[in-house]
Amino acid sequence: MGRDSTDVVIVGAGTIGAAIAWRCARRGASVVIVDPGVRDGAWHTAAGMLAPITELHYAETALFRLSCESLAGYPAFVAELEHETGRDVALWSCGTLSTAWDGADMAALVDLHAFGQSVGAASRLLTGRELRTVEPALAPGIPGGVLAADDHQIDPRELHAALTVAVERAGVRTMTGRAEVLADERVRGVRLDDGRTVETGTVVVAAGAWSGTVVGIPAAVAAPVRPVKGQTIRLRLPGPPTLQHVLRASVHGNPVYVVPRADGRVVVGGSSEETGFERTARAGAVYELLRDAQTVLPELGEAVFDEVCTGLRPGSPDNAPIIGPAELPGLVYATGHYRNGILLTPVTADAVAALVADGALPETVAPFAPSRFAGAHAW
Amino acid sequence: MSDDPFVIAGVELASRLILGTGGAPSLAVVDEALVASRTAMCTVAMRRIDPRTSGSIIDVLDRRGVRVLPNTAGCRTAREAVQTALIAREALETDWVKLEVVADERTLLPDPLELVDAAQQLVADGFHVLPYTNDDPILARRLQQAGCIAVMPLGSPIGTGLGIANPHNIELIVSEATVPVILDAGIGTASDAAFAMELGCDGVLLASSVTRAQDPAAMAVAMAYAVEAGRLARRAGRIPKRFHAQASSPTEGMAVL
Repeated sequence: MGRDSTDVVIVGAGTIGAAIAWRCARRGASVVIVDPGVRDGAWHTAAGMLAPITELHYAETALFRLSCESLAGYPAFVAELEHETGRDVALWSCGTLSTAWDGADMAALVDLHAFGQSVGAASRLLTGRELRTVEPALAPGIPGGVLAADDHQIDPRELHAALTVAVERAGVRTMTGRAEVLADERVRGVRLDDGRTVETGTVVVAAGAWSGTVVGIPAAVAAPVRPVKGQTIRLRLPGPPTLQHVLRASVHGNPVYVVPRADGRVVVGGSSEETGFERTARAGAVYELLRDAQTVLPELGEAVFDEVCTGLRPGSPDNAPIIGPAELPGLVYATGHYRNGILLTPVTADAVAALVADGALPETVAPFAPSRFAGAHAW
Repeated sequence: MSDDPFVIAGVELASRLILGTGGAPSLAVVDEALVASRTAMCTVAMRRIDPRTSGSIIDVLDRRGVRVLPNTAGCRTAREAVQTALIAREALETDWVKLEVVADERTLLPDPLELVDAAQQLVADGFHVLPYTNDDPILARRLQQAGCIAVMPLGSPIGTGLGIANPHNIELIVSEATVPVILDAGIGTASDAAFAMELGCDGVLLASSVTRAQDPAAMAVAMAYAVEAGRLARRAGRIPKRFHAQASSPTEGMAVL
């Protein structure tokens, strides 16, 4: 067997890994993806909210800017993907409603809305009556909410399927197995658990929640990523679509979201549990999600129960992604996307493809370099 | 050495402010708040974490040298709480436990009967128990009789930020306590924490008021000052409240002009 070599190896065939592979290949690089292929990534569980505004949090304005940039690039990214693959990834520019349930929920929403205005988030406060004019299926008594007309959604399973096709058509090779990174003072290649090796100067780790556990990466440059379990529930509502917007609600301080698909399917989510790598579905989480979702959307009680699924979000210490070169030459991270992997897929893929092709990252992702967790700030 | 050490069961803690981590938006925020608060002990819900996972909240606390106080948040029965405490002891190698047995989700108020039951079982099993309790002086007394190393009465229900709803009860608990009294739950802002200390509490435990604040690190600093200020005021001996004014400058011997 001859020596196998490639320009870049991507560890992880999830949405981020596949999108990077596609973008790198489009820019002329030879690409190999290595993935164990034994289970689905976080994309399989994700609801696919593209929601910079309603995901905004006080301490996360840098992430907000990156999210907006990624969302702005989404339509072109999807158009290209759909054109190349002939598939529909169900990007739906439906807008998002964020609703309160009690007075304290409303006060928190008003404060966050004011903060959003200060950083340029385009959203509008609605009274309860205005809300129910827009979405008559909402429960009576909701005191009010916020309309973020620019927060949209996509079906992550369709997105991942299309990316998988695009990657194949772009000539990317996918190798099934667990990757061990081979490195001395720099990255030299990867070895699969069946013994096959691929020489490369660049390894991109896009292994989601497992990014911190890739064999062969020295502990000093390991990604500070931990698994954060999320549960979502998939339902189907018969009849005409119940919701025209993505619905995010706070019910007595508990967050819940209801993402309607155009065909009547509904995704309810999502729990957040720090329980390591286990992926079992917890009954209490299902109960709480359904309870809160049905509180704000009473008709959900009539829905058909299709599926409960769990995924592991790659959580970073500051909830923001880790994108860029690690201290070890040739090692690149594209991980730690936590709650925003689907939203940040285009901007991450283009940034890493630019790094691989030109040797430099775009300015927009500079605040998310792995180095922010190095040295004195070590995690 | 401080001239006013805060000692629980023979262990001196460098701060009278104890933090909880629930509600924090990210680990980085927890980390900043820990440093800003100068706390020496932090409580962590054992039902919500896997201490074996690297990069967890436990690692953050270890790195900052903050003592971990595992708690049994989310437990509704004595049986659940005891099992959770056993898991915590095994995983974290500490026999200290903040005992929480709440009655329902709506109020998150302690279930007094289950609480005493669990406390008795855990003490018998060698645990050092710090029970989260109602602001009921008799219940606090019973928990001390059961052998708890501190009592932690609530100011108001968890996460409400309503402050100290019944200061008189807190004073009653303090007045007869033989172990440290730590005001736990209900703190909304700095004055609540200062008030708890003025009432004679030995410490304050809070989470949401910091973790859910718009700027958690800044609120953590405020809480550290508040706890310190309240403690100093308590020790300094406040003036009695009077109905009528009393001039602060003496009027005797004034020149006749």
